[in-house]
This record gives sequence, structure tokens and C-alpha cells, in this order.
Amino acid sequence: MPETTGSTAPLIELDTVSQVFHAKGQDLPAVSGVSLSVDEGEVLCLVGESGSGKTTTARLAAGLAAPTGGAVRFRGKDLQSMTRAERHEYRRAVQYIHQDPYASLNPIRSVRSTLSIPLRKHGLAHSAAEVEQRVDELLTTVDLTPAESYRSKFPHQLSGGQRQRVSVARGLTLNPKLLIADESTSMLDVSIRVSLLNMFTRLRKEEGVGFIYITHDLALAKYFAWEGRTAVMYLGKIVEVGPTPQIIANPQHPYTRALLDAVPEPDPELAALKKPGGGLLSAEIPSLAALPSGCAFHPRCPLAQDRCRTSSPQLKPAPGAEQDVACMVVTDPASSEASA
Amino acid sequence: MTATSSPVPDQQAVPTPAKSAGVSPLRRLFSELTRSTSGFIGLCLVLAIVLLSVVGPMIVGTSVPGDPMRAWEAPSSDHWLGLEGAGKDTLHLLIIGGRTVLMVGFLAATITTVIAVAIGALAGYFGGRFDAIMLQLTDIVMTVPQIVLLAVVGAFYKLDSPTLLAVIVGALSWPVLMRSIRAQVLSLKEREFVEAAQLLDVGWARIVFGEIVPNMASYILINFIIAVTNAIYAMVGLYLLGLAPQRGINWGIMINDAWTKGAMFNPDAMPYIIAPVTMIVLLQLGLILLTRTLDEILNPRLRDR
Repeated sequence: MPETTGSTAPLIELDTVSQVFHAKGQDLPAVSGVSLSVDEGEVLCLVGESGSGKTTTARLAAGLAAPTGGAVRFRGKDLQSMTRAERHEYRRAVQYIHQDPYASLNPIRSVRSTLSIPLRKHGLAHSAAEVEQRVDELLTTVDLTPAESYRSKFPHQLSGGQRQRVSVARGLTLNPKLLIADESTSMLDVSIRVSLLNMFTRLRKEEGVGFIYITHDLALAKYFAWEGRTAVMYLGKIVEVGPTPQIIANPQHPYTRALLDAVPEPDPELAALKKPGGGLLSAEIPSLAALPSGCAFHPRCPLAQDRCRTSSPQLKPAPGAEQDVACMVVTDPASSEASA
Repeated sequence: MTATSSPVPDQQAVPTPAKSAGVSPLRRLFSELTRSTSGFIGLCLVLAIVLLSVVGPMIVGTSVPGDPMRAWEAPSSDHWLGLEGAGKDTLHLLIIGGRTVLMVGFLAATITTVIAVAIGALAGYFGGRFDAIMLQLTDIVMTVPQIVLLAVVGAFYKLDSPTLLAVIVGALSWPVLMRSIRAQVLSLKEREFVEAAQLLDVGWARIVFGEIVPNMASYILINFIIAVTNAIYAMVGLYLLGLAPQRGINWGIMINDAWTKGAMFNPDAMPYIIAPVTMIVLLQLGLILLTRTLDEILNPRLRDR
């Protein structure tokens, strides 16, 4: 029954995707063997430091780049082998919100024009009055109120936060099923950030919009994806993935622990007890062009053993926890004693 | 602000109604046009010359009676700019002679700009094979010498229509603009707003001509004006050199006529040479100054200053 397989297939699925960039004669594996899936109404947070491949992963899911390995599937269909109509449907269903609202809005278009073009193009509003009404609705959704004072503004007349909200409103014009937000709230001040995240949560619960939310801020992941999952990325690989409360409360991978330790502690007495650098052996991130052998994390890892230098770990369920971890020391502690 | 009789206090609750809404669009256009003084002078110059050349002939008529007995008469109250070699009124010829110059200039510039923008934008956006073929074509067109081609065409066919002249000039002068448009598109297409439009699936035509090209609007328009000036110079030059047919009346033919009849050695004939040259210079000056106003109107960032 193809219909049931179609409906059970996740909204978006990344199947061991890899993306290798070539620069100056070197291969840079920005993403290697990442598997993820997000369904309608679900939220997945991608967390990691700069250069960990979060944005590349998100761009692959948004169809902005074709993976050099593996497959991206939308409702079970590979993006590479889609028909025109399927591609059209995918394009409407998956939207990506850029990180930098200064670059992502066309400087020659007013807010109204930015929002009305996709509405008209895809036949979501026909008459001028209908377009106007929909534009006002969208502006109200992103808290740009009163809408009439923003409609005819140009991007250079708006602040960074206002631009970002226009950019979010544009992402919502086609009523997407999946929104991929690339640090989309990092440009906003705290109160607006919370209201935007609440707006996202409302969309998710009321309209079943799925989210892939990229951030380097674990506090935001905790706030936004508490009911969803979080995947921690390090040098193009997922090192730990599971329900957000588990990741935050019971981190298994030494890198996740270090990230959580790095969250500033407001109490100075407790802060003084913390180990600098979150317990990592080194603060240096290895270059993608010269990845360490075995587990890419071993040069910085406080738990590193000999086998970590030679063989690379696979994502496996962690014993006594709900999440998957790519760390041999955590998932397979017995064999180290056997070999030692 | 407006002293309305309404005593309702909730006026302040209405948040700043768009200030420009009250001003009539005509008035707003006028204030846009006058923002740059030199640009406004340019606009006035161009409008005056266009009006003179388009409306003038309707008033004074297109046939100029000539009395060869009164050749090269000096300016007088009857004939402000004197008479030319065939005893025709110079001012009258000047009024009639502008239409062809303007027509050829604008038509050739339109053809050039449309070809350059279409090919340049598409080649830059799509790249690959199409880009390579278009660049090849550009190189070929660039090597065609306009003047020689016109001389050859003129020798084989009766090149008596200024429209054909405009088409030939326009169809041969686009490569330079095409290359700079292509270069700009190569940079603009990497901007995130283009990617955002791709995500919204608005179609390539809309992305190229709706998102990318308008960002170059002031650049294109200024190049259009420069193309007008170039086409006018090219055309006047062709007439002056006698490569274009000496039929009808226009400023180029007037200069050629003065040249061939040795008017420069006759002090009384000076207005006959200086008048068309002055008109051409004023038109070109007006066009160049006009680009400033256009830049201000089309660039939203300059608009608010």
C-alpha cells in the first residue's frame, strides 16, 4: 500500500548525508554521515559550535545544496529524483529562514512587496484586498504591529530585529510544513526572541509545522525544543541525539557535557569551582581539512583511550539513557577493560 | 498638524498615519525631481529640447521655403539665426532637425539596453554553457566595426531610413554593457535574498528580472542615458562623415552641410554651424545631468536623505 508508506514516511529525512566541499585542493567534509528525521509538529534542535556543520546540514534539508553522499527524502521521496510537481510541493512545504536579515531581504522591495510576491505567485491571494489582508495577518503574526506602519517600509528603514521578523513572515507566506531556522533569533533582543520562539511553538502546536532549529545556545534549545529532540554536532557528525530534557539533564557524550559546562554560572562561588574550558583538554577545534584519526573528538576529550585514536565510534543507544551517543567509552565501556 | 474640528481624544491612539499619504503623488514626484538641482536643470533641458523637437515642427511646419538669392544672410529680427546656403531659415531647420536625432538616440539606446540586460542577466544567472556561448557571441559582435559596416550597408542598400540606422547602431553597441551587467549579476545572485526567492519558488524569470535586475535599475538607466548620448554621437558622426544618407533634415546633416559648403570661412554663416552643435551639446549635457535625479529616485537608500 503505497499510500500508507507515504503517510508514515517522515516529513523530512536525512539518510547518512555527506557534504564535501573542495577548497584550495583540499577536501573539507563539512557534514559526514548525518541521519536525521523530523515529522510534522516536531522540533529538532541542532546544536554545536561554529564550523560543526549545522548550517550545511540545514541547507541540505532545505534543498539549497545537493548532498555529495546519502539522500534527503521528503515524505519518503528522494529530492534528487523528484518530479516537477513533487519538487513544487516540497519547495512550498519546506522553508528556510536565513541567519542574516541584512542580506536576506531585497533592498529594493518594500515589506508589502516582499510578502505579496510569493502570495500572488502561488495563488494564495488573488485580489489586491486579499493580498493586503494576508500581508497584515503575517505582520501581526510576527508582532510587527500595527501592520499599516510597516507595510510600506523598506529594509533599510527597519532595525535588525524588525528585518528578521519580516524575513520570518516571508518564510510563513506559503504556509510551510517545515521551517528551518538558522540561528534566526540570534539577531533579536531577548524579549523579542522569546516572543518569536513562542510564535514558532504556537505554529507547531496549532498548525503542525515541523521545525529544525539551529543554534549554538543550549539555553535556547532547552527553551524551544523541550518537547522535541536535540542533536549535538561536532565536526560534521552527530555525537549525541535524543529527547532534549535527556540531553540537558543527563548528557552522555563528553562533548555535550563540555558544552553544558560552558554555560555561564551566575553564582560566583559555584563558578569558581568549575573547571576552565569545561573539562576539555584543548580549546582548539581541529581543522576539517586535517581531521584527527579515529574519533575526531579524541584530542580534546577527557575520557579518550587508545582505541579512540584508531577506530571511529558509531551512534549507539547509551546504556541507562534514552539518547544515542557516538562514543565508544560511553556505549561500550566493557571492551576497553577487556583490551586493557 | 491638521486643525480638524473633531474633539475626539483618541486621535493620539492612531499611530502615525503614513506622512506621505496626505501628499498628492504628483507633488511627491515633483519634490523627488527637484531634490538634486543639477539633475532638475538636466531634466528641464532635456524636456525643453524634446518639446521643441516634437511639438515645434507641428507649429512651424516641416517644409522650409528657401530663397537662394539670400544665402548666408546674417541674423536679423525676421530670421533670428540667419539663413543658410540655400536661403532657408536656420532656426526653422534647427527645430525640424531634432526629431530624427532624438528618435535615433532613444531607439538605439533602447535596443542596446534591452539586449545587454537580457543577455547579460541570463548569462550571469545561469552560467555554464549558455554563459560561454553568450560570451563568445559578445566577443564576435564587439569585433564588428560599426562605421565600416554602416558604410558597406550604405553602399549595397539605400540606407535612407534613420530607423534602420538606429537598429544597426543599437544592435552593435550592447557588448560592453552586457559584460558589466553579467559581472554584477554574478555577484548579486550570491546574495541571500536571491536564495530566499529561490526557496519561495517564484520562478527564474521573476528572480532574474524581478529580484536581481531591479537592484541595478539606476545603473541600467544611467547606462541607458549614456547609450543615448553615444548613439547620438555615433549618428551625428556618421552624418558628418557623409556615411549616412544626406536626406531629410537633422542636426547631423546640418553640420555636414555647413562643412561641405565651407561655412566656417564665412562669419555670417557661424550660427548655422554653432546652432546644431549647441543643441547637441545641450541635449547631451541635459541627459547626463538627468542621471543624477534618476539615481536619487531609483535608489531607495538615497531617497530618504
